[in-house]
Amino acid sequence: MTTRASVVRVLMILVSVAVLTVFLLLPLAVVFSEALKQGLHAFTRVFHQAEARSAIWLTLLVAAIAVPVNMVFGVAAAWLMARFEFRGKALLGAFIDLPFSVSPVISGMAFVLLFGAQGWFGPWLIERNLGVIFAVPGLVLATVFVTLPFIARELIPLMQAQGSEEEEAARVLGAGSWQMFFRVTLPNIRWALLYGVLLCNARAMGEFGAVSVVSGHIRNLTTTMPLEVEMRYNEYDYVGAFAVASLLALLAVLTLAFKALMEWRYRHELAAGGVHR
Amino acid sequence: MKRRVLPGFGLTLGYVMAWLGLIVLLPLAALVFKSTALAPSGWWALLSAPRTLAALRLSFGGAVLAAAVNVFAGLLVAWVLVRHRFPGRRLFDALVDLPFALPTAVAGIALTAIYAPEGWLGRYLVPMGIKVAYAPLGVVVAMVFVGFPFVVRTLQPVLESMEREVEEAAASLGATRWQVFFRVVLPLLLPTLLTGFGLALARAVGEYGSVIFIAGNIPRVSEITPLLIVEKLEEFNYAGAAALGVVMLVLSLLLLLLVSLLQRASRRWELPR
Repeated sequence: MTTRASVVRVLMILVSVAVLTVFLLLPLAVVFSEALKQGLHAFTRVFHQAEARSAIWLTLLVAAIAVPVNMVFGVAAAWLMARFEFRGKALLGAFIDLPFSVSPVISGMAFVLLFGAQGWFGPWLIERNLGVIFAVPGLVLATVFVTLPFIARELIPLMQAQGSEEEEAARVLGAGSWQMFFRVTLPNIRWALLYGVLLCNARAMGEFGAVSVVSGHIRNLTTTMPLEVEMRYNEYDYVGAFAVASLLALLAVLTLAFKALMEWRYRHELAAGGVHR
Repeated sequence: MKRRVLPGFGLTLGYVMAWLGLIVLLPLAALVFKSTALAPSGWWALLSAPRTLAALRLSFGGAVLAAAVNVFAGLLVAWVLVRHRFPGRRLFDALVDLPFALPTAVAGIALTAIYAPEGWLGRYLVPMGIKVAYAPLGVVVAMVFVGFPFVVRTLQPVLESMEREVEEAAASLGATRWQVFFRVVLPLLLPTLLTGFGLALARAVGEYGSVIFIAGNIPRVSEITPLLIVEKLEEFNYAGAAALGVVMLVLSLLLLLLVSLLQRASRRWELPR
């Protein structure tokens, strides 16, 4: 009986490890291997090209706007959802989560229908010579939409689990609103906030579907790194595509490594975090 | 009414509602409004076109299949990660989140490089008659990849807090290992499995980046609905694209509603607390 049980256990572990290796580890390995297929020189040459550099800068720019915007929204939404009871709270929570269940392509299309040449505000924008679609503002808007729930979702369960006693005590002892926020609330949620920011950033830099619809794929102007990967791939520049992709994969690995480190060091603080997406 | 001790209710409520209205509701309203520009005959032409029907069948059928695969694989992996100790466990645990963090376009070209006829695994699979890349199976493989973490991550906390005493009691009363699993463990996990199924499903239905590279995008064979929307946008058929988008949103909401109804039914077997 015991030997049969241990055989089953070893078999289960082996099958799980095989599934994880083939389905998750292999795709990661392929990215780096294909990027370095023609040697280090061919790999580094890609990053001397103007298109690759401008794609990297644009990706950093879009994330540098979208992530702080969603950070402010996420903290405000978490404060509202975790500290107050009000009518329609469940509905508001569903709206905060809505971008998760909308296809990225549909999100991008919604902004085209709003700001594109034939959209609601299209004619008004054209009159004033302002470009949103096929320009940087459209990329930022689509990215903000897609990454909207990340930080709020990370903070709400944690703040609910922590409760409001410490903040109430601070208020009763005479702390001002902002004093309470910066001295009590923020220190309590800092690690979850940091992790939420990192996840949001990983998604913002890697967003493809929504950005692809609003970008117009103009080289050097509206091509972010994931779009650069697509364009090079479709032009059969595989080393170039995988070289740019390897930078994004490196970002993903660093994000995961940071998460593993955080969980190991601050397990109790992040324990209420629930499902991370 | 009780006076609120904590500040910021009005400020955060106003800000969150205004921002959601601007960033989420206004664009979606524009989408629904644009779809009404399509005449009834246009709706009929769109919804009866074999290409539309094939794309919807692939997107939703593929997503249901992928989510089901994820339920089985996720249950196994979550069980092993929670209940067993083995070298490299923490590394594999961290790896589960990879599909959340890896950009979809990167996943797309990586999966294609693996499953293409001359690829790492494709060169062995294709001679065996298993065509993954540039076929509907490739769509499902990409959908399994992007949905993989959901089932594992929803199950893990539940498995960790599950009391082993229940299993031990069943075993001591003479239940076999399989009886313990199917009669005791599985009914307890069913609501959580359905949550994971719903999340993986929602993600797979709308997935675009990781699918389009591996799919080959052959109309009526391996073309997903989001790609059909993109093609309509590129032809400046905005009303048609918006209508297809609304159809997708409505169908996925109905599907998720069905999952949550199943979940409610499955909770009947939960232990009273």
